[in-house]
Amino acid sequence: MNEEIKLYTISIYTENNIGLLNRVSAIFQRRHINIESLTTSQSEIDGVNRFVIVVNITESQAKRIVGQFEKQIEVIRAYYHTEEETIFTESCMFKIKSALLFEEPQIQNIIKDSNTRIVTVNKEFFVLEKSGRRNEIESLRRDLNVYGIMQFVRSGRIAVTKDEMKITEMLQAFNNQ
Amino acid sequence: MDTETENKTQGVASKTMRIKGCEAVVRSLIAEGVDILYGYPGGAIMPVYDELYKFQNEIHHVLTRHEQGAAHAAQGYARISGKVGVAMATSGPGATNLITGIADAQIDSTPVVCITGQVFSHLLGSDAFQETDIVGISTPVTKWNCQVTKASEIPGVIAKAFYIAKSGRPGPVLIDITKDAQQGELDYEYEPCKGVRSYVPIPKTNPDAVKAAADLINAAKKPMIVWGQGVILGKAEEELKAVIEKAGIPSAWTILGASAIPTSHPLNIGMVGMHGNYAPNKLTNECDVLIAIGMRFDDRVTGKLDVYAKQAKVIHFDIDPAEIDKNVKTDVAVIGDSKDSLAQLLPLLNVNTHESWLQEFKDLYAIEFEKVIKHDLTPTKEGLTMGEVLKQINIETKGNAAIVSDVGQHQMITCRYADFNITKSNITSGGLGTMGFALPAAIGAKMGAPDREVVAIIGDGGYQMNIQELGTIFQQKVPVKIVVLNNEFLGMVRQWQQLFFDKRYASTEMTNPDFVTIAKGYYIQGKRVTKREELADAVKEMIASEESYFLEVCVEKEDNVFPMVPTGASVSDVRLS
Repeated sequence: MNEEIKLYTISIYTENNIGLLNRVSAIFQRRHINIESLTTSQSEIDGVNRFVIVVNITESQAKRIVGQFEKQIEVIRAYYHTEEETIFTESCMFKIKSALLFEEPQIQNIIKDSNTRIVTVNKEFFVLEKSGRRNEIESLRRDLNVYGIMQFVRSGRIAVTKDEMKITEMLQAFNNQ
Repeated sequence: MDTETENKTQGVASKTMRIKGCEAVVRSLIAEGVDILYGYPGGAIMPVYDELYKFQNEIHHVLTRHEQGAAHAAQGYARISGKVGVAMATSGPGATNLITGIADAQIDSTPVVCITGQVFSHLLGSDAFQETDIVGISTPVTKWNCQVTKASEIPGVIAKAFYIAKSGRPGPVLIDITKDAQQGELDYEYEPCKGVRSYVPIPKTNPDAVKAAADLINAAKKPMIVWGQGVILGKAEEELKAVIEKAGIPSAWTILGASAIPTSHPLNIGMVGMHGNYAPNKLTNECDVLIAIGMRFDDRVTGKLDVYAKQAKVIHFDIDPAEIDKNVKTDVAVIGDSKDSLAQLLPLLNVNTHESWLQEFKDLYAIEFEKVIKHDLTPTKEGLTMGEVLKQINIETKGNAAIVSDVGQHQMITCRYADFNITKSNITSGGLGTMGFALPAAIGAKMGAPDREVVAIIGDGGYQMNIQELGTIFQQKVPVKIVVLNNEFLGMVRQWQQLFFDKRYASTEMTNPDFVTIAKGYYIQGKRVTKREELADAVKEMIASEESYFLEVCVEKEDNVFPMVPTGASVSDVRLS
């Protein structure tokens, strides 16, 4: 009975609908499941949105929750995947005082070694951006924190799955009915 | 969907009419076949009411005395007729008062469309007078909901609402229409909704799953069916009966499944669950194959889950894939429409009788009869029992009435003892357990099936939660029969206090008004019965009445409902006292 709790990535393909985020978050809230991260964007299909939600749960919980999502009228399909079944990334931004770039030459090495991109530089501050795994972002944050960070922000996880999700076929089948 | 309708409307000018949104609301309802709706007017919905006034020959609006009454009346109408019930209210408190009924319809899968008025769209989010985020509030308790801010969206959204409410596993839908959308103009043309691309109402039954189910059933020595409301919603009563009879399977029902198979059927072994019958509860944990049909393994049915039917292979027929493995792990899941799935199952089943297995049910019934039923139906003590009232109603209605019950002890007694010959006859609030449900639901039920006898059976607590609907009964002349079983207690809570809280009767005793006088105040004839010898004649008089009738029966104050599976106990540990 004691199932392993681990990170699952839930992908939900939906119609673009105003109230849907509410329905999606309510399903987690009712079950006291904490959302680790949530992103929503256009999917590969025009007019179809995709939620990518990361939660720390058991597989049977994941299965039941996906059932609840699919029950929502505007949800086309929902899936859950383990970390091994997805390719995923997060991105982050740092805003740092420009003076530090000259006073602390080590910062330039950190930027270079971590493949971090400089988005913009002006007299007061410069902005860095990096995509990658959580541990890479965390270590970058630790490294830069030594010198002082004006602002830090990290996105939720975005992920694509290794296996196919046949949404286009499903929608076509509906159109052909 | 909406833009499609719009384009077509513009393209075929000859078929369209230039009308206001409020008129489009009423015309769309009529186009959906609605001839009756329940509601309460107010500022934000007034344009629609003005149209209802103009269309009163086509569509009958029933003014309830509270919006909650409108929602429950729409439910009662839907439950007895199988059609979509419609409730209407204004914004703000009008809309929020519908919520209990909507939540009830959601958990009991009742097709209801609620239409609420909303403040002008330019005022949305400004905390305007009677503005409330009803779409936000109703989201967790609706199958679908939608706010309309443009007149042109109205016919498309209403078509979609009806389609979603009644298709697949039915449920409530709420449409919130801003006042400017009601007042604005559109080119009106009505096209019923034929599908929503992200929504599969009825998953196709997988023949392999049906085959696997048939194999398990054919090999079973001690099969047992538990059916639920899915059989009624799927209009699969005949198919279920054929399956039961061919394979000779003892079959029990959940509270909402009651009446799908007549009470008198020899293979109908009674109700499962907390106050269900002794035999089906006990033998759930002895059957070798448990066949669940259109039911959802509610905690009141299963008792303690990790000791529920562990010895059995479980087959689960359901239209909703999310129900599979939700509470009970299944061995074979047959996802699809119950009528279709059972029709596919029937030819694969072997003829059987399971006589000795059926005898086990009969033996346990005999125990329940001796210990409980006998004392409920033919009591020898002085006080009246709820059971003997039901027995008398059975005699007078010959089991042909639709029974609407509220929530509590009287509800359990009603479900246990009412005779049902006709399907869709047990109208009660099962999942949500909404006190106050019965009186308004009975109004809707009687209006949804005017030719049927409708008897509402209500406790003195629940009766007073929506007692104002006596006004609706009087104004609309709804010939519904109302029985209040008065024990001057919130009986079920009191029973729990007696059993589990050392008789500390915290806030369960009720000092009641003169109910007969109240009924008479609404010009409803009424009678109070306090003695056994008065009961038969009073029930007879009530059923014979052509008009609405109120009957109060003063029953024993501290009777308990048994059998009982205490919360958290195994169904095997069902108590008889």
